[in-house]
Formats: sequence, C-alpha cells, structure tokens
Amino acid sequence: MSSTVGTAPEIKPFHVETPEEQIDDLRRRIGTMRWPTKELVPDRSQGVQLATVQELAAYWASDYDFGRLEARLNALPQFTTEIDGVEIHFIHVRSPHENALPLIMTHGWPGSVMELLETVGPLTDPTAHSGEAEDAFHLVLPSMPGYGFSNEPTDLEWNVGRVGQAWAELMRRLGYTRYVAQGGDVGAAVTDAMGRQAPEGLLGIHVNVLVTVLGGPQPTESDEERAAQAQLDTFRESGSGYFLEMTTRPQTIGYALLDSPVALAAWMLDHDTDSYYKIAGAFVDGKPTGNLTRDNILDNITLYWLTGTGASAARSYWEDGRVLAAALASGQAPPEVSVPVGFTTFPGEVWAAPRSWVEQSYPSLTYFNKADRGGHFAAWEEPELLSDEIRDAFRSLRTNGGAS
Amino acid sequence: MSVTTDDSAGASAIRPFTIEIPEPEIEALRARIAATRLPDKEPVEDSSEGVQLATMQALMWYWGTEYDLRRVETRLNALPQFLTEIDDLDIHFIHVKSRHENALPVILIHGWPGSVVEMLNVVGPLTDPTAYGGSAEDAFDVVIPSIPGYGFSGKPTTSGWGPDRVASASLELMKRLGYTRFVAQGGDWGAVIVDLMGVQAPPELLGIHSNMPGILPPEIAQRFGPVSVAPAPAGLSADEQRCYEDVSDVYTKGIGYAIQMALRPQTLYGIADSPVGLAAWMVDHDARSYEDITHAFVDGRPVGNLTRDEVLDNITLTWFTNTGISSARLYHENTLGFFDAKGVSSVPVAVSVFPRELYQAPRSWTEQAYPNLIYYNVVDRGDHFAAWQEPELFSAELRAAFRSLRTNGGSS
Repeated sequence: MSSTVGTAPEIKPFHVETPEEQIDDLRRRIGTMRWPTKELVPDRSQGVQLATVQELAAYWASDYDFGRLEARLNALPQFTTEIDGVEIHFIHVRSPHENALPLIMTHGWPGSVMELLETVGPLTDPTAHSGEAEDAFHLVLPSMPGYGFSNEPTDLEWNVGRVGQAWAELMRRLGYTRYVAQGGDVGAAVTDAMGRQAPEGLLGIHVNVLVTVLGGPQPTESDEERAAQAQLDTFRESGSGYFLEMTTRPQTIGYALLDSPVALAAWMLDHDTDSYYKIAGAFVDGKPTGNLTRDNILDNITLYWLTGTGASAARSYWEDGRVLAAALASGQAPPEVSVPVGFTTFPGEVWAAPRSWVEQSYPSLTYFNKADRGGHFAAWEEPELLSDEIRDAFRSLRTNGGAS
Repeated sequence: MSVTTDDSAGASAIRPFTIEIPEPEIEALRARIAATRLPDKEPVEDSSEGVQLATMQALMWYWGTEYDLRRVETRLNALPQFLTEIDDLDIHFIHVKSRHENALPVILIHGWPGSVVEMLNVVGPLTDPTAYGGSAEDAFDVVIPSIPGYGFSGKPTTSGWGPDRVASASLELMKRLGYTRFVAQGGDWGAVIVDLMGVQAPPELLGIHSNMPGILPPEIAQRFGPVSVAPAPAGLSADEQRCYEDVSDVYTKGIGYAIQMALRPQTLYGIADSPVGLAAWMVDHDARSYEDITHAFVDGRPVGNLTRDEVLDNITLTWFTNTGISSARLYHENTLGFFDAKGVSSVPVAVSVFPRELYQAPRSWTEQAYPNLIYYNVVDRGDHFAAWQEPELFSAELRAAFRSLRTNGGSS
C-alpha cells in the first residue's frame, strides 16, 4: 500500500492510496481459502466458529466495498511525523470551537484508528451531536508503532511506556501545552503509562480498561469484586491463548497472519467472548450490536491486511510482556498516577472493574461511572456513549480552559 | 487427496491403503508457497520472538523448488499401510512384520507436530535387526498408527477423542491384529498415550517405553502454570533442580503454541490456508529442536536424521491431509498435565532420557512415577524427536529396554 506524502519538513500531510492490484490479490486470497473441518462444539469454546468465518469471508470477497477504508480515512486530516526513529501516522481534527480541550486517544489490539473514527464527530463537533460547545475537543488519533500506517519499529523496547513518551512529543510538536489522554485495551496501557510519566501539559487521563490488575492481586471482599475476579480468572484460564502466543512468539503466528487474510480475520475476531458473539451476530444473523457492523469490522481487518501489520502489531505484546515480567520480578511498584483519572466501566468488558479496584489503582480518581451498555471495544461499539463519558470525565479539568 | 483402499469388508475389517496425491494438489501447494506474503524480519537476532525469517525463507525456498513434493507419498507407499475402523473412526496405520520368528510386537505412537513420518527410519532397525547391527532376538513386529485427526486417520467429528480414548483405540488395534502379548512406545503425545495404556494395563500389554516420561510428582506439577511458575522448592537434588528449571522454561517461554491449541484450536485458520504459516507453526515446538531444524535449513548442517527432506515430509503430509487444526484439537481434548506422573502402577516401564529433550527425567522422579521401572538409561545425543533424529540409537534403546520382557517369547 503506498501513500502520497507532502513536503512539509516535520509534520507531513498523509493520504491513503491503495493500488488496485492489492485489492485484487486480497480478493483472490479470500476466494482460494482452504478451510479446516468444522469445530466439534456448538459455541466459541474451540475458537472462532467456521460458520462465522465463512460468512465473513463471503461478505468480504463479494459485498464489502474495498473503497470504504480509503474514503473514510482520507475524509479526515491525516499526517505523519517521525518520532524517536519511527514515522508515526495520526489523524488530527481541530474543533471549530474555541477553547476546545486537546485530547489524544489511543486504540488497542486488534484495533486501529478505525475503532475511534465515529467519536470524531461527537468529540470535535459536540453541538452537532447533542453536546455543548464547552464539551469540544481537538482530537489527535495516532496509530501505534507497528499498527496501521505508522511504521514498524526496527529496534527493540517499543513498549507502552515508550509509546506514551512518543505521544507526549507528538502533542508538544502539535503545539498543545495543556491536554488530556484517553484509551482502552492497549490504548489504556499507553494512557496509564502517560499518567505515570506525567509529561508537562498532561492535565488528566480517562481509561476504560483497568490494566493495573495484570500487575498483582486485587481485593475480593464484595460480590462485585468477586465477580470481577472470576472474569479475570476466566480470561487467564480460558481466554488468554492469543495473549500468550503474541507475548511469547509473535513472529511465529505472524507468518499465517501475513499470508492468509481469513487467518488474520479469525485471529482478530478471537479477542473476548462478549465482542466475539456481537461480531458473529453481525455476520451470521445480520444483527450488529451498536456500531459493530460488518463494514466497520472489515474496515479494521482490511487495514491490517493492506498494511501487512499482523506480526508487527502482535509484537507490541511481546514488548509489553517483557516489561510486565521484569516489573513482577523486581517486585517494585510503578510510580503512581498523580494527574486526575477518569474511568468508565462498560458492562461487557473482559473484566468489569468495580469502583473499589479503580480507586485502589488510581488514588487520584476524579470520575467513575458504570455505563449501561457496551463492551471491550467501547469507542467502536458505542461511540456516542463513550464520547459522553469522555466529556463528563474531563469537564472538571476545563476550568482554566484548554489551549493550543 | 484421494486414497485407494480395499473396501470389501465390514467396519472391523483391515483394509490395505495406498496414497495417491492428485497432481492439481501438488501444483496448488507449489503455487501457494510461491505466493507467500512474508512478514518483515524480527528485530532480534535470536529465536526469542518465534521462528526467524531467515529460517522460513530457507525452508520456503527448498520446499518450493528442490524438494520432491511426492517424497512422502513414495516413502509411505513403500510400506504396508492399512485402515481399520475403531470406535467409529478410520485409523490409518503402518504394519511391518519381521521375518524373524518370535519377534516382539510393538506399537509406536507419534506426537505433535509429528506423524508416522517420525517413525519411518526405525522400521528397518526394529523389524530387521540383523541388517542393522542387531541380532534376530531383537526383532520387533512394528505397528505405527496415525493418531485420530493426524495424517491419514479420520478426523473426529465429535468431542471426546482425548489421549485416553486414543490409548484405548491403540490397544484395540493391537488386539485386532491378533497380538496377545505386545509392548508400546511413545514420545510427546505418544508418551502420554502409552502412559495411559499403562494405566489401563490390559493383560496383553507387557510393558511400555517412553522418551518423554510423565514424571513430575503432584507437589511439583502444581507449581507450573502458563507464564506463572512458582520457585523451585527447597531440597531438590541437582538432577531434579535441572529438570525443574527446564520445565519452568517451557512454561514461561515456550508453551504459547500448546495453550493456543488447548484453548482455541479452531482459531488457527492460517495453518489450514497457508503452507508457510503451517510450517512455521510446526517448526516452533521447542528451543532445541528448533535450533536443530534451523541448522538443517540455514546452515546445511542437519543434526542426525533431522534433515530438510525429513522435516518437509512431515509438514507436507500435514498440509496434504489438512490436519493442522484437527491435530491441534488433541490439546483441547486433553485434561492432563503433559509432564505429570499419570499413575502407571503394575506395568513394566522403560525410560530413555535424551539429553536435548524438553527436560531430562531424573531417575528419582522416574522411579517414583513408575513403581515397576525395569529400564532407565541416559543417552548421549538426541532431542525431543528422538526416533526421528536418532533412529539407530533409539532402536538400540528399544531393544535393550524390552529385552527382559521377551523371556517367554513374543507371539502374534
């Protein structure tokens, strides 16, 4: 996939252009998929079900509009800039409203900036989306190194901490001296790291996954805590295969993900039970949940395929696994987050964090809410609801006005 | 892939079997290899992120150009192969009878990512020992089945084909062949399966031999989990400590593939669709065998019999039978700790310890796991794929291991 790049020295406009032969090749590969036999169970317990993947492949090869991805991205202002040796791709949408608060949002795995596109309207143009001008954000949506149109690092130690540092530099380079940060999944880990690094100008963070639970045990005194612990145990015992493989052998699984589009799609669908059944519902029953439609799911998978980032995205788990293992071995707690923290628990999340766990992880918690719908891919599935949460979480930080 | 069988008899009949790979399948495999889209090189200089690009490029090149894609077909068809239905599933097996009288019947069970290909080079030494430096008294009649879901055996269409059921089917196969006194051997899954044959302990089973014995005592086994491993307890001997550390390494760095196949085998669509994806998945078993296989492809220095052709025979067989995922399902069906003592009690057990196996079973834990241990030997070379890599040494071990059980003579 090639791109056209402008001539500005540091921050270069970026435009996606997909050669037709890459689309043809992708369609051909989907068409020649060699299938395994059907799983032996009537649920997802053996993995992504054959019927789901076959419906996905059929729609992908025949009805899906391959121009969508390019059109959706090119409709937004995109740029690249080199930070710490890696060319970083990002979307940057300034709000029409004065005093909008600059916000950097980070996607996760198996996500990309595609997860976040539907929040651009509500966040930057709130008056057109049932909000007020005082709720406006200037929005920066970077692609993580090794994901989407950001380059793949060729050196080591591109863990979430280093990504967080790169984001602070990106915001500085964009002229933002007071800003906030948000993320879910790996994006929550990046945002959490930024909170601990507390770069100059970072006013506060909002996350919708409690990543700190991976670092040690949580209290299990209340029913709610025990329920969350049971979800965490289920993830560790029966849901962490992809996590373990990518944390230890990203290159090995990478060969299949680069060579077989259907393999890539299946690997990306197998994230968690809640989102899997929602996505399967979109393909098999024609019943999408929220914004998790067939087209939106395939936009994200198509981006991974065309950019060839299956292995490089998986590698980010390897990097973070090394940091986590070193932290656990050292027994040293990371520095606390000193900036204000907002947190939203979505009911379908892999582990729905109780307020008590969030307070313990973030003593500077200033906002906590339990949403009434939505799962792991909150921004993607419920963009308006997440946008409301972000507005509420950061409202108290606006007293001095955002600035750029 | 088509096969020719003699389908004239009923379900329990034993039907001769020959492989015929249609030419379009050969061409399709070659085309897929040539069209492979590879990832960029890993940013490390070792195998810590998985199978290295240079290894896969060398494998891909050899597979797509110089390797004879009909080699595995030719090798298998050179041996007497059969199908028979057991427990509603077709079981494929190789059956070579020795020309020596009183040969001892042995069933050899392969593992993952293996197949009957692992065992082909021990057929000669075991059935025809006088041609391989042995004596007529060392002869075996050899039975090599394909585990259900592997190679040319049927793919189970219902849950329940765990290692215990494979053990029962293996015992049934030997009885159906008319063997009333026989022994069993295995490594990897084969080791688990022969252990479970030993637990079942039918009177016909004279003994078992394992090159990956299940020996972890319960109080040790419970300390191991994926990624999280408890520190070794105090008071281990040097051999036990070394074993503990090796198993720890497997659990913390090398078990991703096994956990993925145990939890979500179906998600691995890429090992059905991409030959290079399948090859990478199969080459990434353990650090030592990976190193040996890499030498074969990258440096042209194979270790023992683990040559490029041998490695590709196994991968090619798995590709043509499309058994990447069906073979992975054995991990999903399994409920036992791979390396744990399984509770074999009365059956005589022989163990050979190969130095580059995942772990070296200490004599102390081996004696604890197998109360009737009749043979224990540490050999000087060989990795996880003992039969495959060191067929002569492996065959010598089997002769020595089972010699004491022959006193009454084998029979069929």
